[in-house]
Amino acid sequence: MNTAIRIRNLNLYIHNHHILKNINVEIPANKLTVIIGPSGCGKTTLLKALNRLTDLSPDIDISGQIFIGEEDILHTNRDITEIRKQMGLLAQRPFPLPMSIFKNVAFGLKIGGRRNKNILAKRVEYYLKEVNLWDEVKDRLHQPASRLSIGQQQRLCLARGLAVDPKIILADEPTSALDPISTQAIEQKFAELKKNYTIVMVTHILRQARQIADYIIFMHMGEVVEHGPAEQVLNNPKEEKTKMYLQGVFY
Amino acid sequence: MNRRRIEEIIFRTLMFLATMLMGGVLILILIAIFRNGLPSLTWEMLTQPPKGGYYFGREGGIANAILGSLYLSLGAVALALIIALPVALFLNIHMKNYERWVNIIRFLMDTLWGIPSIVYGAFAFMIMIALGMKASLLAGIVTVALFILPIMIRSMDEVIRGVPDGLLEAGLSLGANRTEVAFLIFIRQCSTGFVTAILLALGRAIGDAAAVIFTAGFSDRIPTSIHQPAATLPLAIFFQLNSPIEEVKNRAYASAVVLTFLVLIISILSRYLSKKLKNH
Ligand SMILES: Nc1ncnc2c1ncn2[C@@H]1O[C@H](COP(=O)(O)OP(=O)(O)O)[C@@H](O)[C@H]1O
Ligand SMILES: [Mg+2]
Repeated sequence: MNTAIRIRNLNLYIHNHHILKNINVEIPANKLTVIIGPSGCGKTTLLKALNRLTDLSPDIDISGQIFIGEEDILHTNRDITEIRKQMGLLAQRPFPLPMSIFKNVAFGLKIGGRRNKNILAKRVEYYLKEVNLWDEVKDRLHQPASRLSIGQQQRLCLARGLAVDPKIILADEPTSALDPISTQAIEQKFAELKKNYTIVMVTHILRQARQIADYIIFMHMGEVVEHGPAEQVLNNPKEEKTKMYLQGVFY
Repeated sequence: MNRRRIEEIIFRTLMFLATMLMGGVLILILIAIFRNGLPSLTWEMLTQPPKGGYYFGREGGIANAILGSLYLSLGAVALALIIALPVALFLNIHMKNYERWVNIIRFLMDTLWGIPSIVYGAFAFMIMIALGMKASLLAGIVTVALFILPIMIRSMDEVIRGVPDGLLEAGLSLGANRTEVAFLIFIRQCSTGFVTAILLALGRAIGDAAAVIFTAGFSDRIPTSIHQPAATLPLAIFFQLNSPIEEVKNRAYASAVVLTFLVLIISILSRYLSKKLKNH
């Protein structure tokens, strides 16, 4: 198994609350890893730690290591924006940038210094096709992205993230605000994308985890209780807590 | 009738009377201003500066005060904006993880907001004396900019605070740094709210300009450079209203009409914009 992200002794405190408790996990490359667990157990916090969005929280205290490749991103001298660019982020609900559909996708490219109009147009088209949005928006590329439906916005956000050419996709309950059809569209897309990307997705929907996960991390009260290949964790859980969670004893 | 019903009637009556009183006073003020001012609002009044001295001259109008007020308030708003915009963005985006400090700064700003504008005028006057400067449009602009700065920063700050964290996170994840997120994403996201903040400050700048009595001085002439003293509408009212000469007094009423009119336009405009913002 090829490891994309290696988390070592990760501890995280906010206002002296111990939110993540000594986490040691390896996330396989080019697989779809799903983080499951009851709400409030720290899934979002763990995901945000991976691209250091935790930096934005006041009174945060973080220790341990997160290796992406050979680099410990918690203790690197490299510019944090470079690190974040390696990871696309899909949030719980879409946050389109306050600009046109075209500019949303072009934003990351422009920030990265690509200005050539032809190249930009080609890349935008490519990534909109990649998320199956092109046919729906090709006639109104220059309209505000906020006019799209929520499901379309979420796919736009995925396209915009893919456009900066990340290696990893982080998704925090990306379908929780979506209708069933848009949900399926995102799930199918993820199943295809994992050939080329390492995907880490948070969900609290067991059905979703069963359907698309290759690898599962089960968290409870800030701890990783169990992690392993999806089949093993879902069908033969070792820990009592995992069994109880899978049986729906707690959510 | 039970007690709650009686209470209800009493309070409803009180509230009704208070509302009527408020409305009545407002209407009386408007009637007084417009009845005295509208007849004097001639073309000459609006386009000519007073002739023969503002306190005695029977000829001329209030163009000096209208233009002085506009120069002063627009100049001050521009100056304040250059400072307030980056400060408000910086507090919310770059200082995101220093919430405690930001809250202290917010508290200080709110305190500054509450200080009467005349105190800023006195403060600016002291500095002016220390620097050996004379009363001028420039000094007036700085004075007004000082007292609208906390207003502008705090109202922009509130607009930015309303933006969900997800937008900042989205921008950062795309490889933008915080300054790029501030200027490329947040300014657009908040543009309508910022315009409302600017209008709020503009209203204060025009209406409260009496505070520049020490720093901008007063003049019959329309300033042609920022180093000359300038008149303002509030001061034009103050200086001319108690004159025994009818024509001079009329200039004060005309100034009041123009001032009320300007403030009204600004407040209607900002009401309209904030409604549009809410429907977004
Ligand atoms: N900024 C914060 N300040 C204080 N507590 C926080 C903050 N963010 C998250 N928490 C706490 O950390 C815990 C984990 O939150 P989160 O990672 O959002 O859980 P999940 O995504 O699994 O629902 C929760 O108990 C939450 O209250
Ligand atoms: Mg969460």
